[in-house]
Amino acid sequence: MEEFDGEPAVTVIPGVNSKKNQMCFDWGPGEMLVCETSFSKKEKSEMVPSCPFIYIIRKDVDVYSQILRKLFNESHGIFLGLQRIDEELTGKSRKSQLVRVSKNYRSVIRACMEEMHQVAIAAKDPASGRQFSSQVSILSAMELIWNLCEILFIEVAPAGHLLLHLLDWVRLHVCEVDSLSADVLGSENPSNHDSFWNLPGNTQTLTELELKWQHWHEECEQYLQDSTFATNPHLESLLKIMLGDEAALLEQKELLSNWYHFLVTRLLYSNPTVKPIDLHYYAQSSLDLFLGGESSPEPLDNILLAAFEFDIHQVIKECSIALSNWWFVAHLTDLLDHCKLLQSHNLYFGSNMREFLLLEYASGLFAHPSLWQLGVDYFDYCPKLGRVSLELHIERIPLNTEQKALKVLRICEQRQMTEQVRSICKILAMKAVRNNRLGSALSWSIRAKDAAFATLVSDRFLRDYCERGCFSDLDLIDNLGPAMMLSDRLTFLGKYREFHRMYGEKRFADAASLLLSLMTSRIAPRSFWMTLLTDALPLLEQKQVIFSAEQTYELMQCLEDLMSRRPVRGESDIQQLQDEDIETTKVEMLRLALARNLARAIIREGSLEGS
Amino acid sequence: MEEIYAKFVSQKISKTRWRPLPPGSLQTAETFATGSWDNEENYVSLWSIGDFGNLDSDGGFEGDHQLLCDIRHHGDVMDLQFFDQERIVTASSTGCVTVFLHHPNNQTLSVNQQWTTAHYHAGPGSPSYSSAPCTGVVCNNPEIVTVGEDGRINLFRADHKEAVRTIVWEVHFHPSNPDHLFTCSEDGSLWHWDASTDVPEKSSLFHQGGRSSTFLSHSISNQANIHQAVISSWLSTDPAKDRIEITSLLPSRSLSVNSLDVLGPCLVCGTDAEAIYVTRHLFS
Repeated sequence: MEEFDGEPAVTVIPGVNSKKNQMCFDWGPGEMLVCETSFSKKEKSEMVPSCPFIYIIRKDVDVYSQILRKLFNESHGIFLGLQRIDEELTGKSRKSQLVRVSKNYRSVIRACMEEMHQVAIAAKDPASGRQFSSQVSILSAMELIWNLCEILFIEVAPAGHLLLHLLDWVRLHVCEVDSLSADVLGSENPSNHDSFWNLPGNTQTLTELELKWQHWHEECEQYLQDSTFATNPHLESLLKIMLGDEAALLEQKELLSNWYHFLVTRLLYSNPTVKPIDLHYYAQSSLDLFLGGESSPEPLDNILLAAFEFDIHQVIKECSIALSNWWFVAHLTDLLDHCKLLQSHNLYFGSNMREFLLLEYASGLFAHPSLWQLGVDYFDYCPKLGRVSLELHIERIPLNTEQKALKVLRICEQRQMTEQVRSICKILAMKAVRNNRLGSALSWSIRAKDAAFATLVSDRFLRDYCERGCFSDLDLIDNLGPAMMLSDRLTFLGKYREFHRMYGEKRFADAASLLLSLMTSRIAPRSFWMTLLTDALPLLEQKQVIFSAEQTYELMQCLEDLMSRRPVRGESDIQQLQDEDIETTKVEMLRLALARNLARAIIREGSLEGS
Repeated sequence: MEEIYAKFVSQKISKTRWRPLPPGSLQTAETFATGSWDNEENYVSLWSIGDFGNLDSDGGFEGDHQLLCDIRHHGDVMDLQFFDQERIVTASSTGCVTVFLHHPNNQTLSVNQQWTTAHYHAGPGSPSYSSAPCTGVVCNNPEIVTVGEDGRINLFRADHKEAVRTIVWEVHFHPSNPDHLFTCSEDGSLWHWDASTDVPEKSSLFHQGGRSSTFLSHSISNQANIHQAVISSWLSTDPAKDRIEITSLLPSRSLSVNSLDVLGPCLVCGTDAEAIYVTRHLFS
């Protein structure tokens, strides 16, 4: 566990009197809930909290910054492109692709930096201007570190090229130094350099370069020893600089903005063909010489030093501590992992470092109302724990419109997350039922393949029908198709509606058979039988005989079945007595109609056809 | 297909629409509106791709789209249409329908008219009032038709306060250059289906996964073809006879492309990756 440099910052929550009452809190995925309790800090039993609110406290301000959002979105595209790079590619082509990805990331950081810089300049109040400026310097530090990692780990520049890259690196980031001094210290004797560093054509080997440089170096040393320029102290000091004399360089310390500038300049003049593995020695001594024991290294210095020592894990660890969100370490680690630079040693909870960082980053995205969509893709590329993390997070996204729900469902269906699909559809179906949108509720339960809920909704439909005498959402019920089989009640609903359609189309014989079959096959709930029998009445009363004798017997059977199961009436009030009266009248009418139909049916079936 | 410009705008774009050009105008499209969704604060924004002083070799205008003005919008922008040159109608997830007015002299947007309870599950009179998202809006000056998750279809008149409810069912696109079809899809793709007869190669029609919205491009020339029947090449059953060239318009696929609009040779689309893409040279 790292030691803290100082006390953690105190955040005051408005309205909560922490001196008087105790506070309670609970952690969420990216936020904390805080409120006052009734328990007073003093021993007196005043059990009244003064603040009635529960506060949500967010730690990660970065995710909400408008400009940083562009960083997150653009880098998401680059991340996906990187994952899709053909694994078959090896060697040079793979390396050049990886370098290109790294440069893409860096250009996105730079674009963000520049935009934030513009905003900092244009800021109306100094406090926010300062905040933006500090954010700019954080981004600048990020780009500095990333650039160095690109040179050392991804580009893997060999001796010779290495210094050129380091020169570019320093030039790119030393923007405070005024241009004149940069010329003096950074690009001494350009003509000489051009002739030596003819590397684009790559016509010289490293040894040839070294020899040439040695020769030139010895010449300079000769001049110094001969005191050729003794008369002019400026020229002499220039000569010493060109020989890489550290003391001479340090005399110009104000012009060197930082120790790595000093390092590269020193290397330029003392050992331009430095090998990567020797870098750390020069780096450490440059840092010590530059600081001169006056100040201690800052976090950025330690990170750069770790990079020069080729200690990738240390770089990532220090960056994780120093930076306030996971964006940088997650993407850098992922890229380095693609360069096959990270040993796959597992952290004790089962995933490797790359995956751990990506999971942390993606979880942070899910805490944001909008950026959760980016998080999905990051989870996809975490082989061990990505899927279960996604399953947990995606159920908790608030769904306030159907459009958003459909997007979330599509994400789940694409990944065969059937449990989550069902769970989300159930939530939406419940919402729809509460809003009396029965058709919507039914579609959602069908999509969820939730038989129990489909039964519930169908019951509601039937109840509505009994109360109002007509169906709602006919287009849905009429076109259920095979989905009708989801639950018995739903099948009944569909078939019952079909009965009404047939009746409307005057296909009485078909309607009659269907009606009967609904009862005899026991699909119809018993509570509905009375309604069905009442529906049979108009068919019984038609001029022509619709129900056959056989069918009439069956209907009678159903009626008696229904009557026999009626509970014995006990004491009842007036309303119940009235209802009973209606019931009895209905039953009597039915019995009469059935009897009459039976008579006519028997006669018709007994007579000759065509008469 | 020439270059397409991308710009990351820190908001997920749910709808993009070109501002219609005045009838008889010879200009190309210059201004488009966007609506955002899924933010705690959503915005309706106006963007311009017009004159910024940079001319490319063909004399066309270069550079990406710039924000002219924006205004806060309560709830997600579910749909957005230009009512006329200055007014934009939006449908909100809070069930509200708003008409915004653009003031070109000081480049601002303001709320011109609003129907806050256009869509609801339980009405404003009831104790358990709950609003329903308004999912679509279409306008034909002076009328506006809206639909919502509550299953209502409302007809508003721009200057009246109350809705006049009728049962309007169909929404028509009016194609004037119907050989070209553009689709944008949930899987992040944007396709141009070109069935014009002078295309030499043929490709087969294939189906894009996910929900997609289609758009037949309309040119500024005339609206006289309104009642023409849908062109035959799309309905033809002989794939060998009618050749359709299908081109992908976006450089890389990421998140869902939610909305697209075409006006003349200009196309604009917005994605869930918080980016807006504009191209001005569709048919070159």
